[in-house]
Amino acid sequence: MKPLLALLLLGAATPAIAQHTGHTMPMGMPMPKPTPTPTPKASPKPAAPTKKATPAPARKAAPAKKPVTRPQTDPADSRASPPPAEGAMDHSTMDHGAMDQGQLDQGTAGSADPSMPEDHARMDMGAMDHSQMDMGAMAMPIPATAPPAAAGSGPPRAADAIWGAEAMRASREALRDEQGGQKFLWFMADRAEYQMREGKNGYLWDVQGYYGGDIDKFWFKSEGEGSFDQKAESAEVQALYSRAISPWFNLQAGVRQDFAPRDRTYAVVGVQGLAPYLFDIDAAAFLSDEGDLTARFEGELDQRITQRLILQPRAEVNLAAQDIPELGIGAGLDTLELGVRLRYEVAREFAPYVGVEQSWKIGKSADYARLRGEDPGVTNYVVGIRLWF
Amino acid sequence: MPALDRRRFLHASATSLATIGVMSSVPAWARGASLTGGLMQQGFDEVSGATIDLTIGAGPRSVQGRRGPGIAVNGSVPGPLVRLTEGSPVRINVTNTLDADSSIHWHGLLVPFQFDGVPGVSFPGIKPGQTFTYALPPIRQAGTYWWHSHSDLQEQAGHYGPIVIDPAAPDPVQADRDYVLLLSEFTSLMPHAIMDKLKKGEGYFNYQKTTWTDDYPLSGADRRMWAKMRMMPTDILDVTGSTYTYLANGFGPKEGMEFLFNPGERIRIRVINGSSMSFFNVRIPGATMHIVAADGQNVRPVPVEEFQIGTAETYDFIVEPTGEAMTIVAESMDRSGMAVATLASRPGARAPVPALRDPPLLTMADMGMSGMGHGGMAGMQGGGGAMAGMDHSAMGHGNTDSATIPAMTTASEPMGGMDMGGMNMRDTSMLPPDVKVGPGLDMVAMNPVDRMGDPGIGLAGLPHKVLTYKDLVALEPNDDLRTPSRQMEIHLTGNMERFMWSFDGKKFSAVSDDPIRFANNERVRVKLVNDTMMAHPIHLHGHFFELVNGSPADRQPQKHTVIVQPGGSAMFDLTADEPGDWAFHCHLLYHMHAGMFQIVTVAGAPDTPHDERGGESE
Repeated sequence: MKPLLALLLLGAATPAIAQHTGHTMPMGMPMPKPTPTPTPKASPKPAAPTKKATPAPARKAAPAKKPVTRPQTDPADSRASPPPAEGAMDHSTMDHGAMDQGQLDQGTAGSADPSMPEDHARMDMGAMDHSQMDMGAMAMPIPATAPPAAAGSGPPRAADAIWGAEAMRASREALRDEQGGQKFLWFMADRAEYQMREGKNGYLWDVQGYYGGDIDKFWFKSEGEGSFDQKAESAEVQALYSRAISPWFNLQAGVRQDFAPRDRTYAVVGVQGLAPYLFDIDAAAFLSDEGDLTARFEGELDQRITQRLILQPRAEVNLAAQDIPELGIGAGLDTLELGVRLRYEVAREFAPYVGVEQSWKIGKSADYARLRGEDPGVTNYVVGIRLWF
Repeated sequence: MPALDRRRFLHASATSLATIGVMSSVPAWARGASLTGGLMQQGFDEVSGATIDLTIGAGPRSVQGRRGPGIAVNGSVPGPLVRLTEGSPVRINVTNTLDADSSIHWHGLLVPFQFDGVPGVSFPGIKPGQTFTYALPPIRQAGTYWWHSHSDLQEQAGHYGPIVIDPAAPDPVQADRDYVLLLSEFTSLMPHAIMDKLKKGEGYFNYQKTTWTDDYPLSGADRRMWAKMRMMPTDILDVTGSTYTYLANGFGPKEGMEFLFNPGERIRIRVINGSSMSFFNVRIPGATMHIVAADGQNVRPVPVEEFQIGTAETYDFIVEPTGEAMTIVAESMDRSGMAVATLASRPGARAPVPALRDPPLLTMADMGMSGMGHGGMAGMQGGGGAMAGMDHSAMGHGNTDSATIPAMTTASEPMGGMDMGGMNMRDTSMLPPDVKVGPGLDMVAMNPVDRMGDPGIGLAGLPHKVLTYKDLVALEPNDDLRTPSRQMEIHLTGNMERFMWSFDGKKFSAVSDDPIRFANNERVRVKLVNDTMMAHPIHLHGHFFELVNGSPADRQPQKHTVIVQPGGSAMFDLTADEPGDWAFHCHLLYHMHAGMFQIVTVAGAPDTPHDERGGESE
């Protein structure tokens, strides 16, 4: 048997053109694309001629000399070569039975074959019942039963019998922690920027991060802004417990502490994640220790112009359930910010940007602003850095 | 003087390669000395015999002038070719000089489970400073395999090498020369830094994303559909050529890896994908490769012009090179880079290296909607996004045929301009009850057809022959022809955005005490359903399973690793006749590390210590 097989192999190795006739157009594509590659490019010759490694052959086989080309009509050849490319066949008229013969060894054809002995009439997918589909795809149904009693039960502890339970313990715990149990630390300054506006220039920071596993995390956020010649207009820190509640969203709850314009503490509950069409969403409601209820909605969208140049529109809306005069907040729509930033990712983690942002105080909040002698609408030209690690 | 150092190092490397077979004296690294010149050797030597000594050490690595962290075995990356003989026992003493635990797993070898080399499953691992002896009984197989660390992320740093087992009987595959081509990656990043970036930065390593200025054949509707799904059609590989330099036997594409031949000779190349995160498209422009073995097991020869090799798979092929030289191209599946070697009729001979081809895009089939993208689905467009417009008979037809004709399910038109509005990409009611639905599952394949007839992402519809699993037919008949007594389904689940990966929605950290159990000698049909848009190379330790690929029952090809194409399924028949606990996992290193790992327990393991237990020694 072995010598014969060797012969078959040798025969198959002859680059006989005849072997190709069956599948010169193997895929029979409805829309054949031109060959993407074979346009050879100039060889990138190694700069230094010494840069090469020539290992000795791992083995020199016995002098089994290459045979003379075998007769191309030898039936052994067609058996040793693969089945004719199936794509070339017209499946609307294809006889599956006949194909079995071509592909399979005679004598065993008709045994458990997953796809061929398919009765199309039975393939009613109307109900899209996949278990039914599986059954239909098998020559003989194989029951999907639970493991037999002989499979045993309990945790996998075979190695304890060899090495001892004590010796195995540490590696077993390490394995469990490494394969899915790790925790990660993330910090991001989404916006750390210098703001240029009429009259006074200012600064803004908007950072966040987390530490934790895939589902449960400690999440912190901080943002604030101000002018260089004044006390900060706003400054806040949030400490949140974050739990993944869906593939793309986290539920977050915790506390927020403001340091400007006034010290104030809030309870926070919010949702953060990735919405359809890839909008980064952060929505939260805040209940202050004074009993005031406010809410904030932030949305960002990364628009790649190139692999590294990214345009990021951004919107933020602040809402309030009541007037909070000491904070200059009026009930209803409080503020609206629309901005766009253009960043260049020198590395994924480090991206300087420029941008412009327009903010409006709305309704009663605008009135409070005018009372303080401020313009309720402000345009900022910004330069900043987005970074994370 | 980096240049000088470099030249000296290359010289040393060439010298050691020239002395293969005569090396018997104990080199410095094996005596505990620091690794040569501070830099690890590229390329490997060979170790063989009844007793083999391997030493694991850490140090800097350099490829094409880039430096990075390295872990070498016997001072080189890849580590030495472990040459074994079928029928002969071998003792392999592994010394760990790292300051962390280490291990060696013999990938594809049938060994007693306690010597399989997975810390926490088969043994406690090798502590720093310790020597562990793998006392392997007479080897029961022949062919091409490999070894690698199963500790932490050490494999990425270079802790791997080839295994060749010479058959006891004459090899049915005869060749004039016999070479190993081990494909892997080099990165200047620490392995844990890669894991970190994968977790935090969506698509961190992908610099082939869709943009306003790209050339991808996607319509505006296609792009909106992908954005709506919160997925990327360019999510082909998680880690790419943006950090990886792809290696042929440890050498970068500009470092001139070459295999010599004389005109007219038959060359056997044993291709091992020893990478951490890469699939490769292998081809030799102008030549036909005759695939003669898959995962170490001989198959009936299949002439192909190209084949895709998943992480941890091996393929042996025969080629008869012509001309002065031919280029072996191993292009990463996302086409962000390539490993290159040359078949050279004289040292220094070179053939042109083809340019990288355009990056591929995921298709309807990759989204788990095989057969829905053509024919009767035309009625869906503008159908208010409802499934009502679907022609179900056409879909059923697609289901049958798509298993046979990859070109049709993965037509080159990526989306066919389909309006996917309202289609539920995560219909969890279609999942079996043992799949946990949670944040770790972002998609459910709607029609997960058998995709073993698919040549792999980006290779459908090429004008030349590309290997598929359906081409593989075992050369020798299989010994267990029983019909499986039961079948089970395992879902491959994940969340691209959060970089969570698991089986049945449960990370290993959640099921470490709840293994997949088989009775001893039980024969089971296992269906793997891929509910993600990535291809996963699934590896079972300690066994070969038979792909249910349409071959006759007694000729189903035996493999240790099977690629499950995105949104599709693959079936194998397993005879669970190797008692003990075995790792079962996705062989993409960072997927495994994220939780896509389980333990398979085959009942009947010895409850008394093995006679020849090997193990620790001083």
